[in-house]
Amino acid sequence: MKLQRVIVMTKKDLKRLVREPASLFMLLLFPVVLTGAFALAFGGIGTSGQQNFSIGVVNLETTSAYPEWATRFIDNLTHTEGITVIDYSDNATGQADLLQGNLDAFIVIPVGFGNSCQSYWLAPFNGSTWTNTTIGLYVDSGSLIAASVIPPLVRQVVLTTIFGTEALTLDIPVQVGSPALVLASTLSQWDYMAPGIFAFASMWIIMVVAQSLSVDRNGGLLKRMATTPLSSSEYIISQVASNMVVAILQVFLVFGTSYLLGYRPASDSAGIAFAIPIVVLFSLDSVGFGLITATLSKSPDVATGISFIFIMPQMFLGTFIPLSGVSQAAAAFVPSSYVTNALTTLLLRGAPVTTLSLWIDLLVVAVVGVVLVLVGIVLFGKLGRK
Amino acid sequence: MIAQAILQLRTYSGAKSNESGEPAIVISNITKRFGTITAVDGLNLEIGWGEIFGLLGPNGAGKTTTINILSTLLAPDEGHALVGGHDVVKEPKEIWEIIGLCPQLPAFYPFLTGRENIELFGQLHSMPKQLLKERTDLLLKKIGMEEDANRHAGQYSGGMVRRVSTLMALIHDPKVALLDEPTVAMDPVSRRAVWEFIRELRSQDKSVILTTHYMEEAAELCDRVGIIDQGKLIDLGSPKELVEKYGVADLEEVFVQRTGRNLREAV
Repeated sequence: MKLQRVIVMTKKDLKRLVREPASLFMLLLFPVVLTGAFALAFGGIGTSGQQNFSIGVVNLETTSAYPEWATRFIDNLTHTEGITVIDYSDNATGQADLLQGNLDAFIVIPVGFGNSCQSYWLAPFNGSTWTNTTIGLYVDSGSLIAASVIPPLVRQVVLTTIFGTEALTLDIPVQVGSPALVLASTLSQWDYMAPGIFAFASMWIIMVVAQSLSVDRNGGLLKRMATTPLSSSEYIISQVASNMVVAILQVFLVFGTSYLLGYRPASDSAGIAFAIPIVVLFSLDSVGFGLITATLSKSPDVATGISFIFIMPQMFLGTFIPLSGVSQAAAAFVPSSYVTNALTTLLLRGAPVTTLSLWIDLLVVAVVGVVLVLVGIVLFGKLGRK
Repeated sequence: MIAQAILQLRTYSGAKSNESGEPAIVISNITKRFGTITAVDGLNLEIGWGEIFGLLGPNGAGKTTTINILSTLLAPDEGHALVGGHDVVKEPKEIWEIIGLCPQLPAFYPFLTGRENIELFGQLHSMPKQLLKERTDLLLKKIGMEEDANRHAGQYSGGMVRRVSTLMALIHDPKVALLDEPTVAMDPVSRRAVWEFIRELRSQDKSVILTTHYMEEAAELCDRVGIIDQGKLIDLGSPKELVEKYGVADLEEVFVQRTGRNLREAV
């Protein structure tokens, strides 16, 4: 094998990447667009940042002898952090806005609310004399967060309205200890998905390798080169080398895009550095699958179709899609799942690079890559140039 | 039978040997089948150094199959062939070093420039950088492509692609050039430039096999031509000899007479 020929062919492949818009898009721009789209779509979900709820209120207690209770309730609600109160003059309009998604919740202060509060204070320990009323609370069922957060908030406001803020600071014999300063989780859905997206971006190398080899074969270039001193192994190694360069570029582009959009991995620089070789080794797997695809394909169009046989299982079983049961067991046979596992351990869990599972994942990806490339070389040598 | 025997004897005459006494190309009783079709049927030929040999025949006659066997792309089912003294089946690596193949389909990388395509094939033959640059410049000039050399080959006309393809085959100065219809789709000026170029190969003692459908090209360039039909060599000689032998005006009439007669026999 002659290194000079490998370098020459690698340079040629990199020129293809830069000069052919389809390759450039698929290998470099697509991962950036994909990362950007997912980061923007999922970056805000699940964060513990300040959530603001719009709550509509209609006060039906206008003719009561004690209207100040309803006014106090609305004031307390208005001063509750994270709540914006919108006044309504009638029930129907508020309900309509809730249905249309303009409100997170809608509260109906019933007639008799003031009487009810007043009856408590007249006989606080004689429940049989109280006048009972029920505040109408309607919450947007489409918002899981609103449905779980707003009802206790409203209960709190009712208590504050009846007992005053002093009620929350009564001196009682049971105390709750001062909470330890625990850093609340600020992870978004994107933090969980990002490692899988990094692996997903890299697996499109399969399609590009399969297509480019099919184009070369159909155009007679492989035959032509078969009459030069260029050996099959030199040809394949140049494919591997150029795609490893692409994989490195992908890592930086995808990671850079994520970083710009607010992604902050839990790993230190050593962990991030460890992520690069595992993604680069994964490109070896993709080149191997690409070689096999090219061997099985009679044309570039067929190569595109067949490449999805290798892309789709890896996407569904080894990237950003949650797994359980059978799918989790099946993922053991998918190389991308080892890449995603390793990146998750590094970037999400913040594990140090000495973690054994990382090295096992790395080893699996490397061994599978070498085996796939060898299988690809053998198949391609036999069938690829015909 | 007698005519066939005479023809067989003549295939071994006229080929110029090198110092070691070996012809550039020796084809001995080569047969190649694709399923039930016999593409090349017991072909015998010797081609010498410093000789331009024209392989003529109708479509599907076996010309390209013969070229593919000589360039190691296909292995013969029977017989053997030597290129530069090396067996096409047993010693392909030695053959790759000394041949330059210009295929019928002008295979090239459209995203590379014409110059880059040519230099790529020089680099695959491990040519020194400076020599490669000088030779690329020289060849581009000879073939009239200097001004377009730095454009992407995907933008070239059919004739320009053919010229670049020819240079891709010859950049490393091969001892044996296998040119499969190199001037198809070329304008007359470009064709003349390529002819001149091929003649220079003869003066450098290279061996050239040229397949063509242009009879005037064969008459103009070739020292000898072999007419093959249905995989068999049906005539061999210099263009002048063949024209005289059949008492016709030119090589095209020889071709029509020989291949046309065979067609009539088949019917």
